[in-house]
Amino acid sequence: MLTTPFEFERASTIADAIRAVGQEGDGMFYSGGTELLLAMKMRVIHTERLIDIKGIPGLDRIVLNDANELEIGSRCTHAKIAGDPVIREHVPALASLCADVANVRVRSVGTIGGNLCFGEPHADPPTMLGALDARLVLQGPSGTRLVHADDFIRSELETVREPDELLTRVVFPRPAGPVTYRRFKHGERPSVNVAMAWSLDANGRRIRSARVRVGALGSRPQPLKAVEEALQGISVAEVRPAIEAVLPTALDELEVNEDRHGGADYKRHLAGVLLLRNAEEAIAAGGCA
Amino acid sequence: MTYALPISFSLNGQATAIEVPTHTLLIDLIRDRLGLKGTKRSCDMEVCGACTVLLDGEPISSCTTLAVDVDRREVTTIEGVTPPDGLSRIQKAFVLHGGLQCGFCTPGFIMAVTALLKATPHPTDEEIRHYLHGNLCRCTGYTKIFVAVRSLAAGQVSEDAA
Ligand SMILES: Cc1cc2nc3c(=O)[nH]c(=O)nc-3n(C[C@@H](O)[C@@H](O)[C@H](O)COP(=O)(O)OP(=O)(O)OC[C@H]3O[C@@H](n4cnc5c(N)ncnc54)[C@H](O)[C@@H]3O)c2cc1C
Ligand code: FES
Ligand code: FES
Repeated sequence: MLTTPFEFERASTIADAIRAVGQEGDGMFYSGGTELLLAMKMRVIHTERLIDIKGIPGLDRIVLNDANELEIGSRCTHAKIAGDPVIREHVPALASLCADVANVRVRSVGTIGGNLCFGEPHADPPTMLGALDARLVLQGPSGTRLVHADDFIRSELETVREPDELLTRVVFPRPAGPVTYRRFKHGERPSVNVAMAWSLDANGRRIRSARVRVGALGSRPQPLKAVEEALQGISVAEVRPAIEAVLPTALDELEVNEDRHGGADYKRHLAGVLLLRNAEEAIAAGGCA
Repeated sequence: MTYALPISFSLNGQATAIEVPTHTLLIDLIRDRLGLKGTKRSCDMEVCGACTVLLDGEPISSCTTLAVDVDRREVTTIEGVTPPDGLSRIQKAFVLHGGLQCGFCTPGFIMAVTALLKATPHPTDEEIRHYLHGNLCRCTGYTKIFVAVRSLAAGQVSEDAA
């Protein structure tokens, strides 16, 4: 099926893109198009103008910066992140997450920026980026602002981004402990996913703090606060009983949509299984990242 | 800004220049305006892989790609990987191992396998499954396709086999 006609403009700088999208208020940024074109073909999104951001230099960079943070440009495709040596060295769980998104064709062109900005609840990266305490850099006509990954997606298909703000980068501290991620799916997209990141003390035996996010259940990734609290300050050897003690309560507190991916109890159960498997993996990693 | 743009690109090695409405999809450009009917449309939503073509060597869904996006790039379709007087090594392996029945999914599979073997000439079983997971076949049950690709991975089918 065809989309309705639209004007098409290729932006060559960030400023150009922002200006072009904002002009008459009905333009949209266009990146890999794997979500946007589908929605336009189904006629659920209509736009007068697409502003192609693929030609803007610098948006596809991945670096470890001087502040010991990883920076991923919004235009990086899943395939690029999956194969990137810096990501594979410092956050292998993110590389393998991206290697498993969708299918090989979507990974060739679909980007991390497009994934986040679409706000689809059945997505992988937002869950992981919440656990990694990522910040998203948004650039608009009047400057730049940082939004925490946890606060970016407001509800289903809705983010805090203004239409003329371009997501330029995703930034997060280099992990100081194991990062683990698991998802369960029976179609293309995840039914449930769980990401966990621990920061460990200097000798790698005690958990300084833990971040746990469960995704795809509600409209956006949710923290498992009770589990995070239970893990704080304990030794790696005590992890399993500590999680098990609070898990039922923690899972009960999750907002869970019943949909074609399954009923609420089933999906809560899956989240618990994935979390415990993540914990096993993190323990086996023996405290190293 | 405009509703139509001139594009020039390489199609199966041949320089091609044409003006397209900006909302033209790549698959329609290839099939309907340029007359190459080997590329198939099935799901129209990036799930099945029947429409797979290579863009600068990487597999993409031509059903959900804008034609204007291939400007100054290289597109390869099933016609571009089929020798003028026979079949390629990959196509021969599919024939030899019965990796097709109705054949509707086959051009997409051949393109995906072409990209896979270019990147990884000797994929493991797991790598084959992972890479081809996004190509759907409603006839074969996949086993014979898998066996065909595995024979290629092991280098069992040469250019002049079958
Ligand atoms: C069959 C299929 C399976 C999939 N499976 C998965 C899966 O398993 N896991 C998963 O996480 N995802 C999955 N996806 C979603 C996949 O499309 C996204 O992950 C993809 O990365 C979106 O990126 P894009 O560049 O194509 O976005 P686009 O379609 O180009 O854009 C999406 C939206 O974001 C806006 N946008 C894009 N870039 C920016 C930017 N830099 N700044 C501001 N706004 C921007 C656009 O205006 C648009 O509204 C799947 C998709 C398909 C079609
Ligand atoms: S027709 Fe394009 S992926 Fe199915
Ligand atoms: S051979 Fe018929 S769909 Fe694959």
